[in-house]
Amino acid sequence: MFTSGTVTINDAHLPPARSAGCLPPVGEAGRAVETSEHPAHDSQLAVYEDTIAAIATPPGEGGIGIVRLSGADARAIVIRIFRPLRPGPLRPFRLRYGHVVDPATGAVIDEVLVAFMRAPHSFTREDVVEISCHGGPQPLQTTLGLALAAGARLARPGEFTLRAFLNGRIDLSQAEATLDVIRARTAAGLALAQAQLGGWLAREVRSVRAALLECLAYVTVVVDFPEDEVEPQDLGPSLRAGLATVERLLAGADQGIIYRQGARVAIVGRPNVGKSSLLNALLRADRAIVTPIPGTTRDTLEETASLEGIPVTLVDTAGIHESADPVEQLGIERARAALESADLALLVLDAAQPLTPGDEQIARLTLEKPTILVWNKSDARSEEAGAPEAPLPHPRLLGSVATSARTGAGIEALARAVAAALLGGVPPAAAEARLVSNPRHRDALRRADEHLRAALAGWEAAHPTDLIGGDLTAALNALGEITGETVGDDLLDVIFSRFCIGK
Amino acid sequence: MQILYDVIVVGAGHAGCEAAHAAARMGQRTLLLTIDLDKLAHMSCNPSIGGPAKGHLVREIDALGGLIARVTDRTAIQLRVLNESKGPAVQSLRAQCDKRLYAQVMKETLERVPKLDIRQAMVERIVPLRDRSGGEGLGLPAEAAFAVVTHTGWIYGAKALVLTTGTFLRGRAITGQAAWGAGRAGEAPAVALGEDLAALGFPLVRLKTGTPPRVHAGSIDFRHTEAQHGSPTPVYFGHYYPELEDPPAPAYSGAPAAVYPQPTLTGWRPQLPCYLVHTTPTFHDLIRANLDRAPLFSGVIEGVGPRYCPSIEDKIVRFADKERHGLFLEPEGWHTYEVYVQGCNTSLPEDVQWAMLRSIPALRQAELMRIGYAIEYDAVATGEVGADLQARRLPGLFLAGQINGTTGYEEAAAQGLMAGINAARYVAGAPAVILRRDQAYIGVLIDDLVTKEIREPYRMFTSRAEHRLLLRGDNADLRLTPLAGELGLVDAARAAAVERRREAAMALRAALEGRKLYPSVTLNAALTEVGVERLSQPMSAADLLARPAVRYAQVREVLELPDAPGHVVELVEVECKYGGYIARQQREVERLRKMESRRIPPDLDYDDLPGLRNEARQVFKRFRPATLGQAARLAGINPADVAIVLFALERREVARSTDARA
Repeated sequence: MFTSGTVTINDAHLPPARSAGCLPPVGEAGRAVETSEHPAHDSQLAVYEDTIAAIATPPGEGGIGIVRLSGADARAIVIRIFRPLRPGPLRPFRLRYGHVVDPATGAVIDEVLVAFMRAPHSFTREDVVEISCHGGPQPLQTTLGLALAAGARLARPGEFTLRAFLNGRIDLSQAEATLDVIRARTAAGLALAQAQLGGWLAREVRSVRAALLECLAYVTVVVDFPEDEVEPQDLGPSLRAGLATVERLLAGADQGIIYRQGARVAIVGRPNVGKSSLLNALLRADRAIVTPIPGTTRDTLEETASLEGIPVTLVDTAGIHESADPVEQLGIERARAALESADLALLVLDAAQPLTPGDEQIARLTLEKPTILVWNKSDARSEEAGAPEAPLPHPRLLGSVATSARTGAGIEALARAVAAALLGGVPPAAAEARLVSNPRHRDALRRADEHLRAALAGWEAAHPTDLIGGDLTAALNALGEITGETVGDDLLDVIFSRFCIGK
Repeated sequence: MQILYDVIVVGAGHAGCEAAHAAARMGQRTLLLTIDLDKLAHMSCNPSIGGPAKGHLVREIDALGGLIARVTDRTAIQLRVLNESKGPAVQSLRAQCDKRLYAQVMKETLERVPKLDIRQAMVERIVPLRDRSGGEGLGLPAEAAFAVVTHTGWIYGAKALVLTTGTFLRGRAITGQAAWGAGRAGEAPAVALGEDLAALGFPLVRLKTGTPPRVHAGSIDFRHTEAQHGSPTPVYFGHYYPELEDPPAPAYSGAPAAVYPQPTLTGWRPQLPCYLVHTTPTFHDLIRANLDRAPLFSGVIEGVGPRYCPSIEDKIVRFADKERHGLFLEPEGWHTYEVYVQGCNTSLPEDVQWAMLRSIPALRQAELMRIGYAIEYDAVATGEVGADLQARRLPGLFLAGQINGTTGYEEAAAQGLMAGINAARYVAGAPAVILRRDQAYIGVLIDDLVTKEIREPYRMFTSRAEHRLLLRGDNADLRLTPLAGELGLVDAARAAAVERRREAAMALRAALEGRKLYPSVTLNAALTEVGVERLSQPMSAADLLARPAVRYAQVREVLELPDAPGHVVELVEVECKYGGYIARQQREVERLRKMESRRIPPDLDYDDLPGLRNEARQVFKRFRPATLGQAARLAGINPADVAIVLFALERREVARSTDARA
C-alpha cells in the first residue's frame, strides 16, 4: 500500500497500471471487511476487471438455457456452486456433467453441463464458464443467483460484447452492430425502470434512502464541520429501520421472482393413476386464466395454470401417443424427460391400489427433485386400509396430499402445497403484497443489505465515524441503482437544510 | 529589463503565489503581477488555514513542493488537530495564522525564488495575440502569445498566462444599502479585465461570498468567553524529514498582545487561543427586525452564495428554532488587537452590526474596526477550463482560484499550483499533468470543477473524495512527492527522503507481521501493565496493532519492537488498523482504472459520432471530458453514450495504426 498510490508524470498524465508493492491487508479490521466487497461505481459503464454473469439465452422455455460467466474469477465462482459427477478439476474445453448445488443448503438446483473456456480462447478473451441448465426460468434464475452470491456481478446489457471488443476479440464493426442492441435494451430497461419509478418499489426504496441520507448527512457533518455545534444523534434506530425494510423486500424477492417467472411442475406416475384427470382438476382449480400451450415434445402435454397466483406450467407425462412397447407403456423415458426441466415433481400414486413395482420405478426418478406425493383416488380407498405408505424413502419429499380428481376433494390443498413448495416453505404473500420481481433489483438489495449490516455493526461498535459513512454511502448507492440516483449533491442538500453549519 | 516572460501570473492571492512559484521552479521565466505587494496571499477572510479536506489539500500542495504549508507553519499562532477519533482519512490540522505576517513571509519567500519577478501593477487588459505578428506592433517579440497591459500602459508579453482574479473581477461589496466597487475591502475592482474576458466570449456567472466584522480586542470582555487552545504536541502542515531539515520556527517573536488571556507561552511553540461566545435572543431579534434592510433578502445581492458559509442573517432565518449560534473570536495576529468574529458573516447595515454584536455579553463594549460585507464577483462558467485548467477557447490561458467558481485559500492554492505546473509544461511543449480522483484531493477538486455544474462557490469536503481512505494526510508525500521530483518542484534530497520513509514503513510493517505473539502468562501480564487487553490466541504484532486502542509506542518496549521515527510509525499504524478498508478502496480504484486512464482527445468531434443522443452530445460538448471516467461521471450521461465515445476512440486508433503502416 505504501507504493500503490504513488503518482508519476506519466501516471498523472496517462496513468498506466501501477500497483506493484501493494502490501496485503492485515489486521482484524482487514479481514472483517474483506467479505463485503462490492463495486461502488456500479452504475457506470462496466469496463472493470470483475467477473460478470448473466443468462445468455433468450428468455422463454427452450430446452436448454445457459448461464455465462466471464472474468478472472469465473472458474473459482463456478467451482463453489458446481458438484461434478466425477471429482476432478474443470479443464479447458472439456464438458463436465454434474449438478448446480446451493453451497449454503446443499440443495441440488439443477442437472447441468459445464464448459470452461480459458482466456484468451473465449468470446470475451477472459476466462469464461458456461453452465447449461435444463431450461425453464426457475433453474436458470437460481443458478444465476448462486453465481452472484458466490462473487460474480450481474452483467449489464451488452457487457459481454463490450468486453469482447475491449479485449480485441471482435472488431469495431461487429461492436458497433451490437451497440444498437445495447442501446435498444438500455432504452427498454430505462423505460421499464421509469415505469417502476412511479411505483411502490421506488417509493419504498426512496423512503429508505431518504432516512439513510439523513444518517449520512449527520456523519458527514460531524466529519466535515468538526467545530460546529451539532447535536449528537443515535443512528441506531434509523439504521435498524432501514435494514428491516431492505430485508423485508429481500425476503419477498425470491417469491417475487417466482411469481413473475413461474415454475414447471412435472406430474409423474405409472399409467392409470389419474395423472391427466389430476391435471384437468388442477386447471379447473385455477379460476384465473387457463392457457393451453401445445406440448413442446410430442410425448408430453403442457398446460399453464395460476396456482395461488404463481404461473405454473404443468407437464403431464401421460403423453398423447400411448406406445405398445411394455417398457414405453410405463412412461419411464417420458417421466425422466419431464423431470429434467421441472422445478417440482408431483408423484401420483393410486390410493385405492397397493403399490406396484412400476410405482417404485417412477418414484426412483424423482429422488433428486423436490417432490410432493399425491394419493389420488383417495375417495375409493377403503376405511380399513389405513394411511398409505410411500413407495420408498424420499430425501426431498415436501409433503403428501390425498386427492380425488373425480370428486375434486383435496385439489385446492394440492394447489396450496404446490405453491408453498415453490415459494420455499415461506407462506405465500397476501394477494395485495408487492414483491421485488427483478433479479437486478434483488442483487442491489443484497448489496445494500450487506453494507447496512456493516454500517450498523460499525455504529454499535463505535467505529470511527468516517468508516461508517463509507458503508452508508455504499448502501445508498446500491439502493440508488434501483431508483437511478447516486449520492451526490442530494447529500449536500440534506446537510444544508438540516444542519446549521458554516463559519 | 525583461519584457517577454514564459509565464505571467496575474493576481497574487493564494492561487497566484503558488502558480508563479511552481512555474519558476520548473525553470520558466515568470512574472507575478499584483495590485499590492504587501498583500501577497492575503487572507481577506478568516485568519485560518486547513480543517477537514482543506488541510488535506495543504498537505498535498506541500508534497508537490508548494508554499502554503510552509508559510502556515511559520506564521501559525495556533495549530489544532481535528477529527482525531473519526477515522484516519478525515483527521486534519487547522491553523490560526498571523495574517499580516503571512503575507510578509510569503513575500520574503517569493523574493528569493530564482527566475521569478514579482511586481506591483494593476492589469487593465489582456490581449491574445492570435496572429503572432500582432505583438510586433506592441513592441513585443514574435514568441509572445499574450500582451498584458498594466494601468500605467506598460506592456508585457507572455507565452502563457495564468489568471487568478479572486473576487476582483467586477467585484462589488455591499453593506446594508451601500454598495461600492471593490476587489477586497478598500481595493479597486478589476472592471476592464472582466469586460475583456466577456469580450473574449467567456460566459461569466455571478457569485457571492461574505466576511464578518472585526472587533478591537481591547473592547472584548474575555471573562465571558471560553478559550479554545492549540495542540499541546508538535504538529505541522509541511513535510520535514529529520535528516534534511528541522521544522521551521515561528516567524513571530516576543510576547503576544497582552490583551489576550490564557496564551500558551511554554511548550513546543507559543500559541494563542481562540475564544468562543454565543449569540443571544436580543441578537436574533435585532436581525429579524432589520431583515427589510438586509441586502441578502431585499434583492440587492444577485450573486449565489455558498450554503456552507451562510451569513448570520441567513442562519437565523433558516434555522429559526435554533436558540443560539456559536461565534469564535479569532485573533488576526500575534501582536494585533484586531479580532475576527468567525461565524458572523453579514452584509446587514452598519448600525445593526454594532447593535447585534453588543448584545453578546463579552462584546457589550465592542468596537468594530471593520464592518462585515458581502462581495459579488464574476467567475467563469463551468465547462470553460479543462482538467489542465487551461481555457478551452484560448490555449495558453490558465485560470485558477475563485475565477473557476471555488472558494477558500486552500482550494485556490491547489489550483494555482496545478495551473502553474501546466503553464510551465505548456511553454515547454510537454503534456499537461492531471491528477486523478484516486491520487489526490487536488484531483477530486479539479475533476469536480470540470464535470459538475458549479451553482454556488465550491468548497472542498472530505465527503467529495470517494477514495479518501487512500488520500490521507499522512501519505500525501508518498503519493505525490515522486511526481514533484520528476517535475523539478522538489530537489533530489527530498524525493530521496520520501523513498526512505516509504522503505522504512514497509520494513516496519513486515517486521510487525513477522513478529508472532503467543498468549503466555508473562506476555499477558506485561501487556496488561501497559494497558493493553490480554491475548487469548496467537497473533502477529501487526494484528495486535490492528486493535483500535493499541498504539505502537504503548507496546514497543514490551514486545521489543524496533525504534522508528514517528512519521514512519504513523503510516504503519494506519495500515495495520484500517488495512482492510484501504485495500477495499484500492480494489475499487483498480477496477475503475481502465476508464480513468482512457483519454479523450480534446479535438474529438461529438457532432461526428453517429447514434449519440442529442442530450448526451450537448453535455459532452459543454464539458469536453478529458477521460472516459470523466465522461461517465457527467450528469445525464448513460453507459451507452460512453460506449459510443469509446468506439469512436477505437476507430481513431485503428485509423492511426493503419496510417502508420501505410
